[in-house]
Amino acid sequence: MKICVLVKEVPDAAVEKRINPSTGRLDRGGEKNLNPFDTHAIEAAMQLKEGGAVTVDEVVAVTMGPASAVRALHKAVSLGADRSVHLSDAALEGSDVNGTGYALAQVLAAEAPDLVLLGQQSDDGECYTIGAVVADHLRMPSLTQVIRIDVEDKALRCERQAEYGYDTVIVELPAVISVGDAINEPRYPSLKAIMGAKKKPLETKAAVDAGIAPERVGYEHARAHCADFTAPAAKEAGRIIEDEDTAQTVDQIVAWLDERKLLA
Amino acid sequence: MARGNGARPVAPIEYPPPVDPAAEFLGAPVDPEDERIEVGVAIVGGGQAGMACALRLLQLLEDDPALAESLGEVPVAVIEKGRTPGAHQLSGGVMNPAPIRALCGADDTWPTFGEVRSETVYFMAGRRRAIPLKPTPPPFRNHGNHVVSVAELNRWLAERAEEAGAYVLSETAGAKLLLDGRQVVGVRTGDKGRDKAGGEKGNFEPGSEIMARATVLAEGCWGHLTGAALKGLGLAAKDPQVWALGVKEVWEVDQPLDRVIHTLGWPLRPQAKYKEFGGSWIYPMNREGEAPKVSIGFVVGLDYADVQLSAHDVLQEFKLHPLVRRILGDGKRVGWGAKAIPEGGYWAMPRLHAPGMVICGDAAGMVNVPRLKGIHYAIRSGMLAAETLYRQLKAGSTDFSGYEQAVHDSEIGRDLYQARNMKQPFAKGLVLGGAITNAMVVTRGRLPGGHWPTHRDADQPLLRSGRAKRYPAPDGKYTFDKLSSVFTTGNATRDDAPSHIRIERHVPRELAEAWQWMCPAGVYEVPEDAEDARHVELQVNPSNCVQCGAITAKGGRLTPPEGGDGPRYGLM
Amino acid sequence: MMSILVYALHHEGAFNKNSLGAVTEGARLAVELGGECHALVLGEPAALGDELCDSLGGHGATRVFRVEGPEGLAQPVVDAMAQVIREQGHGCALFGGGLLGFEIGAGLTARLDAGVCMEVTGVRVQDGKLVAERPILQDSSVSDVHFRSDVGVIIGRLNAFEPKAASDATATVEDVSVEFAPHSLKARMVSRGEQRGADVNIEDADILVAGGRGLGKAEGFDALEDLAGVLGGAVAATRAVVDAGWYSYAAQIGQTGKTVSPKLYLAAGISGAIQHKVGMQGSEHIVAINKDANAPIFEFSDLGVVGDLNKIVPKLTEAVKARKGA
Repeated sequence: MKICVLVKEVPDAAVEKRINPSTGRLDRGGEKNLNPFDTHAIEAAMQLKEGGAVTVDEVVAVTMGPASAVRALHKAVSLGADRSVHLSDAALEGSDVNGTGYALAQVLAAEAPDLVLLGQQSDDGECYTIGAVVADHLRMPSLTQVIRIDVEDKALRCERQAEYGYDTVIVELPAVISVGDAINEPRYPSLKAIMGAKKKPLETKAAVDAGIAPERVGYEHARAHCADFTAPAAKEAGRIIEDEDTAQTVDQIVAWLDERKLLA
Repeated sequence: MARGNGARPVAPIEYPPPVDPAAEFLGAPVDPEDERIEVGVAIVGGGQAGMACALRLLQLLEDDPALAESLGEVPVAVIEKGRTPGAHQLSGGVMNPAPIRALCGADDTWPTFGEVRSETVYFMAGRRRAIPLKPTPPPFRNHGNHVVSVAELNRWLAERAEEAGAYVLSETAGAKLLLDGRQVVGVRTGDKGRDKAGGEKGNFEPGSEIMARATVLAEGCWGHLTGAALKGLGLAAKDPQVWALGVKEVWEVDQPLDRVIHTLGWPLRPQAKYKEFGGSWIYPMNREGEAPKVSIGFVVGLDYADVQLSAHDVLQEFKLHPLVRRILGDGKRVGWGAKAIPEGGYWAMPRLHAPGMVICGDAAGMVNVPRLKGIHYAIRSGMLAAETLYRQLKAGSTDFSGYEQAVHDSEIGRDLYQARNMKQPFAKGLVLGGAITNAMVVTRGRLPGGHWPTHRDADQPLLRSGRAKRYPAPDGKYTFDKLSSVFTTGNATRDDAPSHIRIERHVPRELAEAWQWMCPAGVYEVPEDAEDARHVELQVNPSNCVQCGAITAKGGRLTPPEGGDGPRYGLM
Repeated sequence: MMSILVYALHHEGAFNKNSLGAVTEGARLAVELGGECHALVLGEPAALGDELCDSLGGHGATRVFRVEGPEGLAQPVVDAMAQVIREQGHGCALFGGGLLGFEIGAGLTARLDAGVCMEVTGVRVQDGKLVAERPILQDSSVSDVHFRSDVGVIIGRLNAFEPKAASDATATVEDVSVEFAPHSLKARMVSRGEQRGADVNIEDADILVAGGRGLGKAEGFDALEDLAGVLGGAVAATRAVVDAGWYSYAAQIGQTGKTVSPKLYLAAGISGAIQHKVGMQGSEHIVAINKDANAPIFEFSDLGVVGDLNKIVPKLTEAVKARKGA
């Protein structure tokens, strides 16, 4: 079995980000790191490889991003991926979800994996979508928010929590599975693995190498455009009650809740 | 005094933390040989000193392929506990550019916020008055120096070092110094994946032993391994090291600031009994294409006496001064951080070497207190260390005593010697202290001479004065509380991580309170339900910690948490 | 003159309230656009009777496209909606909050080469086109998203669209036959909607009663559980009390816990430090009980009560019980 793990380099979620007042655009500066959800995807791949239920020949880390994205690949490799593929091209900059999913699908199609794993969301806002976009292009079944994977013949038995509770779904391979953070506790890379990461094979591909049609990617061709950042509607100032007569206070609270139909 | 009921005042040193640094953090390697990692030179600490050392060494090795090869696959490894280079870097800062220019030669692209054009020193005579000191006192003359963000500068240096071939191992803590007898042979890195009780979680990964022919300790102001080495290898200086705590904010402002400002005086109190030594800085951070910014911070020596002294709150109080209000205007705070600064100067500088090891930068106390300079010394000492290491390794030796000589012969030694007695007189109060120090400045340290010893910060008995009443209540727009400030540093430590702070928990109330006020990040708390007993059970919230190092000065001990934890400074 | 197609998720004889919210929103927008709002449902014929599908009319849908197919999976719906949109020419595919909405919306984005916006809190009509509003940077800013494709895919944030049954109108139900793509049939639902023991998913709760250090001790949660019980909600906790072992990590809200946006968030003994705030600031109504009048939570609560929660909470539980019983 060949597993491809899609990884992404994202600005650190913990660091407060702002709109740059002189440009009016999102300040994308600062350190970037491997999307924490993707570490769960890599761990899931490694657990499949080490689990013994199926023979995994290769785990390949794939990313689409600027030059600095190689660091995400190094991290993925230090966690156990055998090699990595870096899709990097100025023409891809500013691609929206549609364009990004399409571009990644082209690279994955060339790799012909049995399983594509990725984190269900990324720390820079995007969630639950790339996997489904990629899967549609690759014509593979897909699930997101998966928190348990077991191998069953040529299929995967997956658990995920949807609108009404936990679903158990059997998915035939090849498939695209996006995992949630509850699926596993990612390992820490050993120092040896970190130091050896740069030596593992890393292939860089331009858009044309991957067969990506230029009119479907990039900022200019984005099908959805973000613009105009505004402050959210100002919230009405709240009301304060100082409790002196608790019976009265409580009546006021109940009336307040009732007005807003919260006691249905 | 502290309790008012006849109880004698308490000094933090009476309640030492449960730790034996020499026994716990020094030792022989234990891993089987095939599991150890061999490198040429291991540098603990990826700050300015560490990166400068790495870069200089690789420059020298580039012209010496034979030595480079003999150092193996990994000639230079930098071990950095922050998530990324720069994550734990914080300073004012105004830097003398000479060493970085010497290091980088033709490459002048190191990030700067420009040369200092003009400066003023104010004596704050009260909460509304500011008296400019003219002419500018000599230590404060910064002509030719640059305003920099060390976090930014550090990222740049790290990139250069990596390009030159350094292996930068971030998210990795240097936990133990490895010895073979009295010879330093490497560093053991910290474990990852321990739970709150110190047990091993499912993904536990033990630290690795990095064996090196030379080890450079460039850990910055509270040097974990440095502290252990000073004790265990007998390197400690004549005088104990002392520290100050600096709390800093970065603000986006409407009107660009046109000069570098330093202040003395208010809100610190001049009387000798309070021992409040310090002041503020306000530096312009103007760069084309970016919104104008200001770096503002307050520094207080940690040998202060008042239980309720809080550097963070003193900074908030300081911002209320009209001079500061005019500068910050309707601006917006975009950063906050805190870090301790070594202030012991010349007399507190330890021996800088041991067989197989050297100590660089802040870890060795290379900060010129009157001039508020240390960044360029860190860079210079890193370069000097690299040069000594290169020479000696080439000669097949691990005797690095030449480095100590080189440091003392350089501007580091000269400047620090000149300033050697300049902080200590302030123990006599601001006015008398100021007068004495001025005499020293004018005579370049000759008068009055002698050796004014430093005293351990934790020796200082505590007193109460109701100081907290002066702190402004945080309004969340101009003045801020500690927790929301910690939040802006990007500090998001694992919830179930073990505590990395060694501290005595069962302590007198005033000591617990002193720690509560001291810590800029709200790590220590007196539990609310503690009845009015003399002793309380100190509450510790280690996940708030921004690793400033102040607690090590004031009676506890900071050890490095899991690599990668702590703040993620971008603009500090 | 754009029409909107809304996906309506159903389970055990009822439509998901986020879907109903999306239908309501779709209908509102359709009026402004001069078009219509239609709904698409997919499942077993036995579960999707005429009466149930009709009821979508009450929320503003004029037509309901009913497709027979496997329930609870996204990809068959992608096939169905793509087919209907191509045949009928809708300009927008709209989804209420919830996982399937994301999966279907994303698949549709690929299938129709469309623009997609997720976590949408508002939609408006501008120059005859739809503009989606999406909060960013921890809700400190709102970004407008414009579509440059024939079809725009809009996926709402959980509970963003309020359902309103405005009338008794019914919708015309049309059965549509869809040939599913081979890959859409490669996922098979084995068991659906399993509730797992005491593990209440606080992220889905409409009402949350949360406790912080102000409770004083672990037993303080007993009173909160009673209150949550009568309100019909779940109990949540701050990191501080989880650290102290007073409540389980599964209920933790905040920067290093879960993020929730219930209709009602009642915070007892919680100071409201930002590390906690970022986990619940999207709540529709925030009520805070704290004895410290200066607690930051009072700055963003809708109703703040300064007082002793040990006195207030039990009495509040009684009063709510009485009001509900009445």
